[in-house]
Amino acid sequence: MAITSGRLFRTTGFRLSLMYVVLFGVGVVCLFAFLYWRTLTLIDRETDAAIESEIAGLAAQYRQQGLGGLVRIVAERASAQREGPNVYLLTRPDLTPLAGNIERWPNEARQTPVGIVFDITGDTGAVNARAQTFVLEGGYRLLVGRDLRQRAMLRQLLAETLAWGLTITIGLGLVGALLVGRNLLSRVEAINRTGQRIMHGDLHERVAVKGAGDEFDRLAENLNAMLDQIERLMLAMREVSDNVAHDLRGPLTRMKARLELALLAKDGPEDAAQYRAAIETAIAETDRLLATFNALLSIAEAESGALHQSMQPVDLMQLAEDVAELYAPALEEKGLTLSTRIVDCPRVLGSRQLLFQALANLLENAMKYTPAGGRVTIATRALEGGAGAAVSVADNGPGVPAELREKVLHRYVRLDQARSTPGSGLGLSLVAAAAKLHAARLQLADNNPGLVVTLEFPRGIRVDAPTDEKNTQKEPP
Amino acid sequence: MRILIIEDDDETAAYLAKGLKETGYTVDRAADGREGLFLATSEQYDAMIVDRMLPGMDGLAIVQSLRAQANMTPVLILSALGQVDDRVRGLQAGGDDYLTKPYAFSELLARLQALLRRHKPGGGETTLKVGDLELDLLSRTAKRAGKPIELLPREFRLLEFLMRHAGQVVTRTMLLERVWDYHFDPQTNVIDVHVSRLRQKIDRGFSPAMLHTVRGAGYRLSAEPA
Repeated sequence: MAITSGRLFRTTGFRLSLMYVVLFGVGVVCLFAFLYWRTLTLIDRETDAAIESEIAGLAAQYRQQGLGGLVRIVAERASAQREGPNVYLLTRPDLTPLAGNIERWPNEARQTPVGIVFDITGDTGAVNARAQTFVLEGGYRLLVGRDLRQRAMLRQLLAETLAWGLTITIGLGLVGALLVGRNLLSRVEAINRTGQRIMHGDLHERVAVKGAGDEFDRLAENLNAMLDQIERLMLAMREVSDNVAHDLRGPLTRMKARLELALLAKDGPEDAAQYRAAIETAIAETDRLLATFNALLSIAEAESGALHQSMQPVDLMQLAEDVAELYAPALEEKGLTLSTRIVDCPRVLGSRQLLFQALANLLENAMKYTPAGGRVTIATRALEGGAGAAVSVADNGPGVPAELREKVLHRYVRLDQARSTPGSGLGLSLVAAAAKLHAARLQLADNNPGLVVTLEFPRGIRVDAPTDEKNTQKEPP
Repeated sequence: MRILIIEDDDETAAYLAKGLKETGYTVDRAADGREGLFLATSEQYDAMIVDRMLPGMDGLAIVQSLRAQANMTPVLILSALGQVDDRVRGLQAGGDDYLTKPYAFSELLARLQALLRRHKPGGGETTLKVGDLELDLLSRTAKRAGKPIELLPREFRLLEFLMRHAGQVVTRTMLLERVWDYHFDPQTNVIDVHVSRLRQKIDRGFSPAMLHTVRGAGYRLSAEPA
């Protein structure tokens, strides 16, 4: 996709670069101004020093050789310097010239004896000169100067360098800004394009990661992780609706058929009883439907992670004792022995209700599949290192073959021998969903014989001050 | 007893009103939140049944605004949102009980009656008495016809709850919530086993039987035969 220039100029990268160009430009100008000022000052000072020493020399000549000697020396030097950088003029007190290479006393020299700058018009055109004057004994006046041609050349050179430097700085800066802007824009555009495609329905799209490890890669990684999560949730959602359709359609159809059949019956005294029977079956069927529906919703709720907000410290020991206490009579009725092995373990952060439901599902499974005379054990323990906690439900029933242990966690999976017992095939899926929500490890293992299901919570909550407050209602003393 | 139903679905409201009238309650209906709040504040009701999702005003907002006005009429919240979080939010808003749609009318009635009973003046009693069955809440002992009955702690609480709601139907989920403090749907008959054990202790060898099973609903403890 072509990047339009309008968009490019509006990018943050371009604007930032432009700001730097301006800053660098100002920096370059300051640098040159300083250099320029220092160089010219130095030249002026050296010129003045040279003039001063020459004047001192000429004054000494005058004292030794008198006016005639000085006139000769000045004339000599002036003629030797006709084209050169030096300017000389010796005048009488009334400023009429005696010797020298300029025609008349410059007006600028009337006010001050040092640092005089004036025009001299030589053969090579108008040139400035810097000069000093000196009044000799007898009122004769001497002017010695240097013409500033070289200084002017240097000045011009500096100005040109500055101009070039500035041009190159700004030029390079602009090119850099465009490149940076384009680069940033193209990476952001790539993310935007992916976003657009995803919004148009292609959830499999992912933002390309360049592998440079820079902030764009991190952004892309985070976006991708977010998209993964969204996709997972969407899939889970679809699965839930598929399951609901699968699970509810059959029983609903059956119920409808039964009710219609009941309605077909001829009028007669036995019809009332038939209607009643049909209604009762329908209600029983509805209850089963609702149970399935609720189980699906609980699983979906656990899988969505929405329960994270309402998590609290949960005492697994209390939970295990409660679930054992609730189920003990029912197990006993079935001829099973329920024992508990509660070992001190840290609390875990979790949803008490969901964990209870998970444990209840495990116990119900154990109860369903363990033949009479069997033994069911519910146990808690601290994980090695003491940071985590585990809770397990073990039975000595038929167990689950190792190769099927992964499979039974999926929805609606019921092993062949379980087909004859009532059940929705959702019990272990809820346990799996609860485990995932709590970042707990769900393990199905051989109990030799039987099955032991363990939920391991790697991170417990360290309670510094022991509190009496339990999550459950207190038992009466 | 006057009951206010705030429910926008006409059929549900009519069904509830019919059932409650047949049970012997006087029923008023409001079809939206504003009307409901108006009725709730201007009239005296013994209990209210409030749907959570209402046109005009959220059901929870009605309860909150009533509680803010120190109106403590018991409220049963009905909702199609059954998740734990919603339940907690409903109860935090000031609702006294929370029932998820779809529900059995018997369940709703049992809960409503429990609410009406709970808000009756009194309480603070140290003994409960139904027929010849006595429960001493201080010494935590039970007696029937003067003979002591040995109860496990949980059985004591189960019996206490049944006795506090003597004559009313209590459902299995109500027992699970109030006696065990867990809210879930057991797939098996766990509660029935507990109740039948309790029945063994309080009814065996005594007459009449007091702990009745109400078909399709739950249990009722009463000195009168079913």
